[in-house]
Amino acid sequence: MLRWLPEDVSPYGAGIDSLFYLIYYITAAAFILVTALMIIFLYQYRHNDNRRAIYTHGNTSLELVWTIIPALVFIGLGLASKSLWEEIKLTIPETDQVIQITGKQFNWEILYPGPDGEFETGDDYQVDNDIHVPVSKPIRVLLKSRDVIHSLFLPNLRFKQDTMPGRTIEAWFQANKPGKYEMPCAELCGFGHSGMKGWLYADTPEDYAAWFKKRWPDAALNGAPASEAQEEVAAAPSAESNVEAGDQTLGQTIEAAASAAADMQAAGAAPTEAAGEAVAEAAQETTEAAEETVEAAVEQTQEDGDTAAASVEDAVEEAAE
Amino acid sequence: MSDAGAAAAHATHAEHHELGFIRTYIFSTDHKMIGRQFLFSAIIMLIFGGLMAMMMRWELAWPETPVPFTSWISEPFMYAEPEHGLYGAYMDPAFYNSLFTMHATIMIFFVVMPFLIGGFGNFLIPLMIGAGDMAFPLLNLLSFWTAVPAIGLILYSFFVEGGAAAGGWTMYATLSADPTLSGVDAGVNLWIISLLILGVSSLMGAVNYITTIINMRAPGMTWFRMPLVVWSLFITAILLLLALPVLTAALGMLLFDRTMGTSFFLPGGGGEPILWQHLFWFFGHPEVYVLVLPAMGVTSDILATFSRKPIFGYKAMAFSMISLAFLSWIVWGHHMFVSGMNPVLGTAFMLTTMVIAVPSAIKTFNWLGTLWGGNIRFTSPMLFALGFVSNFVIGGLSGIYMASTPVDIFMHDTYFIVAHFHYVVAGIIFGMFAALYYWFPKLFGRMMNEKLAKTHFFLTYIFFNCAFFPMHFLGVAGHMRRIYNPMQYEFLHDMQWWNVFITMSALCLAASQIVFFVNLVWSLIAGKKAENNPWDANTLEWTVPSPPGHGNFDTTPTVYRGPYEYSSPLVKEDWLPQDRQLGPAAASVSH
Repeated sequence: MLRWLPEDVSPYGAGIDSLFYLIYYITAAAFILVTALMIIFLYQYRHNDNRRAIYTHGNTSLELVWTIIPALVFIGLGLASKSLWEEIKLTIPETDQVIQITGKQFNWEILYPGPDGEFETGDDYQVDNDIHVPVSKPIRVLLKSRDVIHSLFLPNLRFKQDTMPGRTIEAWFQANKPGKYEMPCAELCGFGHSGMKGWLYADTPEDYAAWFKKRWPDAALNGAPASEAQEEVAAAPSAESNVEAGDQTLGQTIEAAASAAADMQAAGAAPTEAAGEAVAEAAQETTEAAEETVEAAVEQTQEDGDTAAASVEDAVEEAAE
Repeated sequence: MSDAGAAAAHATHAEHHELGFIRTYIFSTDHKMIGRQFLFSAIIMLIFGGLMAMMMRWELAWPETPVPFTSWISEPFMYAEPEHGLYGAYMDPAFYNSLFTMHATIMIFFVVMPFLIGGFGNFLIPLMIGAGDMAFPLLNLLSFWTAVPAIGLILYSFFVEGGAAAGGWTMYATLSADPTLSGVDAGVNLWIISLLILGVSSLMGAVNYITTIINMRAPGMTWFRMPLVVWSLFITAILLLLALPVLTAALGMLLFDRTMGTSFFLPGGGGEPILWQHLFWFFGHPEVYVLVLPAMGVTSDILATFSRKPIFGYKAMAFSMISLAFLSWIVWGHHMFVSGMNPVLGTAFMLTTMVIAVPSAIKTFNWLGTLWGGNIRFTSPMLFALGFVSNFVIGGLSGIYMASTPVDIFMHDTYFIVAHFHYVVAGIIFGMFAALYYWFPKLFGRMMNEKLAKTHFFLTYIFFNCAFFPMHFLGVAGHMRRIYNPMQYEFLHDMQWWNVFITMSALCLAASQIVFFVNLVWSLIAGKKAENNPWDANTLEWTVPSPPGHGNFDTTPTVYRGPYEYSSPLVKEDWLPQDRQLGPAAASVSH
């Protein structure tokens, strides 16, 4: 059974796989124990007219044993899973690579920020279904959906995350081996769900530079504009920096949202959306309930200009509390 | 209460001969007839649900080839080519989505629930606790006849414009909440309305079961002398009573979103798609135990009877069912680890899920303890009960993989989960067959053919495992569920032969059921007449004629002991009915 696991090329896949093996050996042992006992009992205690069944209503100490042992095993598994889960889901490593992936019926819409590292600028590049990333670098992904729930699944990268309409979900993956990896949608998304897929190309540094050069001929990958881009990426509010900056960042976010909303008529919807994302990211590190409130507020911001700015402020204040 | 119950029983008994055909067989208030009605509706729906599975399996093994015997299904669901004649037609991907949606909906709500809860719940509860009928016979009649339009609507939904619901039985928003996104309009509305109506039916049943079990137990039938199947039905009824309102609320909101322009689940209007998942699984996880608890109860009774031994750890069995019921309310988030729910919540739900595995383990070990030292008779109900235990062990263990949050990142929405829930829910069908073979003599007054029954068991057991076990392998390889053509994915090409193997096994599994249907029809018409107590069992239903008359008991029985006093040293024979009063003569035998 184990040999059918797809090849793992991710940094956290080894942890997932070893946990899988651990559970596999535990469940296999339990299965063999129970099945063997069952077969032995069925054979040894098969019907015989000259024998009478043992008259017993149970054995409390035996029952305690087979309650406590599974409980301990499950608690151990729970603790082992907890630490790995937090490593994968609650922390996003420092990285200058960010892409936005938007699910839509029935394609993955990929948006690259381009050399300046920022979305919603002139050098963004959008394409369906093909992702090019440099090998062995963590990639921060912003997952969105245009219509229904999709799920980005990268079997070889042990990555799966649903996209949720109305939200931006932040996650990360990394391919440690150059290659071409299939990227299906794993959540039913309509009549074209089957066959909705893309490809992830994990390029060697040379291949990635070539691809980058072809896409943005004027920008050098690691030259001067790129370093500027990196600074901007670092400056962009990420979930971690928000936690560190605490209230200060939240305050900035409020201002950003307010000014964005005020500038909406002049600059169009784009800055509002960017500010909305910043609010969403800030809130992601707070409680679930607060997050949902902020999301709702973000929705309103996008639709409803000035009045929304006030509600964003309220929502963020709630989140801060 | 018991005196009043007995008087009522006599009153009903006296009326018996005055009832006409319609009052006896169609609009009956007799719990036994209502039980049979539920049973037959479930068996008919089992055929529909099974045939849908066969069409899906064909599509998965030989994608985009004509599915045999389907050319009668009209476009746009199936496309028949003239040169194929009657042989078959090509399946539309949207129709495939309808098939798995309706397969699950039918199997869960229209097969397992009516079979075990509506059917055996109705039939067994009054008989096993020594009552003349249910507490509210008219409500019972209404419960069945409310379910009938629900059945009609769910089947009718295939024939409306756009076809039947195609959003999966979980009906996740926003796909389900906006008709333009799925292309299915009336079909989903009918699906919602059908389940709303069925919820009312189940609620009426649940109220009736709870009241009956609390109030109408015969003298001496204390809580801890009740058979475990009655315990399981009691707990199930409470779960239904508490869970169904949640489903009703969620379905109502979904219907409003679709038809009245609200946006509970649509982000465009400020709604939250994930709210649907929270509501659905808050209902959905207790629902899993609604399905499995009665099968566990049936299995406990049958294992004790045919091991000729008291059940091992009776109180532990009862309390483990109670704790499963309690814990089932706080594990719903384990369906949503990768949904975008806060990852911190994921950890909390993983821990509660690990805890709920413990009572399941207790039950399994207690069943083993019951077999230990027994004098085991391998009758057909016993074989099916053992089959249920064996499947439940696999289904329970495979659940641990998904409970572990990091492993679930990979396993979520793959065939591993399909394997898991079929080992549990399709495994329940073994419990259903066990119940039917065991109580068939009491239900219909005739014995089933034991040779055919055993043949049915061995074929079903073998092909069931051949069909569902390899799905674990597919899941490990990353094979997604709910896809129409696995060959669209390069990483799954090497696994396709497993799909072919699974489909062949599934077709054989379906064909094996012919043995059952032949046996069922033949035994109903010409089976050997059954005695009152063909299995030498202890519980009260075996003290009355097969089938029992109107009002069940001529005089209200008095209960002197628990239900599983097999091989008791107090008596010579290896069973000791619950209502037998041991006189001084019998007592002296033991000394």
